[in-house]
Amino acid sequence: MPTLIVTTLDGTEHRVEGVTGRPVMEIIRDNGFTDMLALCGGARSCATCHVYVGPDQLALLPDMSEDENELLDSSSHRKINSRLSCQIVFNGALDGLHVTIAPED
Amino acid sequence: MPRAYDVVIVGGGHGGAQAAALLRQSGFEGTVAIIGDEPEPPYERPPLSKEYLAGEKPFDRILLRPRVFWSDRGIELLTGTRVTAIDPLTRTVAANGDTIGYGHLIWAAGGQPRRLSCEGHALAGVLTVRTKADADAMKAAMDRVDAAVVVGGGYIGLEAAAVLSKFGKKVTVLEAQSRVLARVAGEPLSRFYEAEHRAHGVDIRLNAQLRRILGTDGSVSGAQLADGEVIPCQLVVVGIGILPSVAPLIAAGAAGTNGVDVDAYCRTSLPDVYAIGDCAAHVNMYMDGQRIRLESVQNANDQAATAVKAILGTPAPYTATPWFWSNQYDLRLQTLGLSTGHDDFVIRGDPATRSFSVIYFRGGRIVALDCVNATRDYVQGRKLVEAGATVDRARIADTTNALKDLLTAA
Ligand SMILES: Cc1cc2nc3c(=O)[nH]c(=O)nc-3n(C[C@H](O)[C@H](O)[C@H](O)COP(=O)(O)OP(=O)(O)OC[C@H]3O[C@@H](n4cnc5c(N)ncnc54)[C@H](O)[C@@H]3O)c2cc1C
Ligand code: FES
Repeated sequence: MPTLIVTTLDGTEHRVEGVTGRPVMEIIRDNGFTDMLALCGGARSCATCHVYVGPDQLALLPDMSEDENELLDSSSHRKINSRLSCQIVFNGALDGLHVTIAPED
Repeated sequence: MPRAYDVVIVGGGHGGAQAAALLRQSGFEGTVAIIGDEPEPPYERPPLSKEYLAGEKPFDRILLRPRVFWSDRGIELLTGTRVTAIDPLTRTVAANGDTIGYGHLIWAAGGQPRRLSCEGHALAGVLTVRTKADADAMKAAMDRVDAAVVVGGGYIGLEAAAVLSKFGKKVTVLEAQSRVLARVAGEPLSRFYEAEHRAHGVDIRLNAQLRRILGTDGSVSGAQLADGEVIPCQLVVVGIGILPSVAPLIAAGAAGTNGVDVDAYCRTSLPDVYAIGDCAAHVNMYMDGQRIRLESVQNANDQAATAVKAILGTPAPYTATPWFWSNQYDLRLQTLGLSTGHDDFVIRGDPATRSFSVIYFRGGRIVALDCVNATRDYVQGRKLVEAGATVDRARIADTTNALKDLLTAA
């Protein structure tokens, strides 16, 4: 079973099942983590699904769209490995993907 | 002995669910119950006129939290249960014949869709769009419908029209005013969306008055306008706004005329009774201090946070910046601030390119942006709205100026 590793705001690491075809935001939400708001439900309108991706794993992900890039700019916590988790669709090739939930703005 | 909880939340929608989750996230260890009249656990409402209606997302993907979340967090979720009365003296609510006590009460009951009163309003095939049940009814009707009439050209009506037309239905939108989105946006945005819908084959009728709905064997067969014209259809979608669900609160003595009045901490005039979300009439700093109700996910979530902070003894006034989105066809509208009552606007970018923004002013200050396929403006315009900036119109219209550079230069 492919795994998604989620680090919550308190620094704890959790391993959850990665579901192919599902946005990472939904996998995080469906595992009951409250640290992430994901207010717009993946409509690419809120940037409250902000995560940091394992730096060596960035290359595994498709490039971000211009919209995602702009929305990430709204966060004062943006880093080089920032992504919107609603824009990353999980698949088998992402087994072991490690995302850290970014602090809220 | 009646049951009692430290916090009782009435309504398991966006606001109620977020309030319960936040209480636990903040370490609150008291007892918490959500009493909601819908049969489902809390779910997202926006997809009901978008991806859920279009069949692009199944129901489980629009749950606000996984089904086990509530019991895992020790939150009692009483679904299918309607609160009919509140007694502020005994601190109890009445629901399904039970009396349930509360320490604090958070009223997050949203609103009920306004219904038509004209002849034919009760025919089968006259639907509203507020709940999963509503969306399911529309989905079920989809197969046997060739033509639909949408009453009301607000966001929800237009989103439903976009989905219906995508499914090949002949759609007519009846708007009583002289433009769609008249209540929530400026004229350029209205005209743009009218043109887009027309380009998709939707018949947009402005200044249109519905006289009655015609039926055959108890089901809708047409909509008749005031001028006598009959538009044949098998489905009438009514999107003419909501009536806030506050009757038990008002009956218990809470102040309010349009919804229930709350202060900056989401407190009603009843002791330890809070109200949040669509039903809460609050003084909004983005509306020059006018008392308004806001119907948005942003407002429901941020007011949930405000009420929870107050209950936990760390009060902070509600000052959140309003934002909203609407998806129709391939158009992504994102709005910031509140354009109601604007006295001027500037169009930034060319609507013909299908990527532009409308920037609204009140008394010379920027109060809102409507951004169509223009996420950069949406992100960068936030500071202008929050500052109530007074940027020169020509400079803001010039798309070679980034909005983020205009604040410091203002
Ligand atoms: C079709 C549709 C599309 C939308 N699209 C968007 C969008 O794109 N972006 C956006 O920001 N907002 C959108 N909204 C608005 C947004 O969904 C609402 O603002 C939000 O749901 C308000 O949350 P709430 O908690 O106040 O009320 P609700 O989410 O409506 O929840 C209230 C709940 O309380 C229940 N209830 C009512 N009375 C009682 C009672 N007496 N006892 C027990 N339970 C009761 C109701 O049945 C309901 O389940 C949309 C709304 C709809 C209907
Ligand atoms: S959930 Fe809103 S942008 Fe990802």
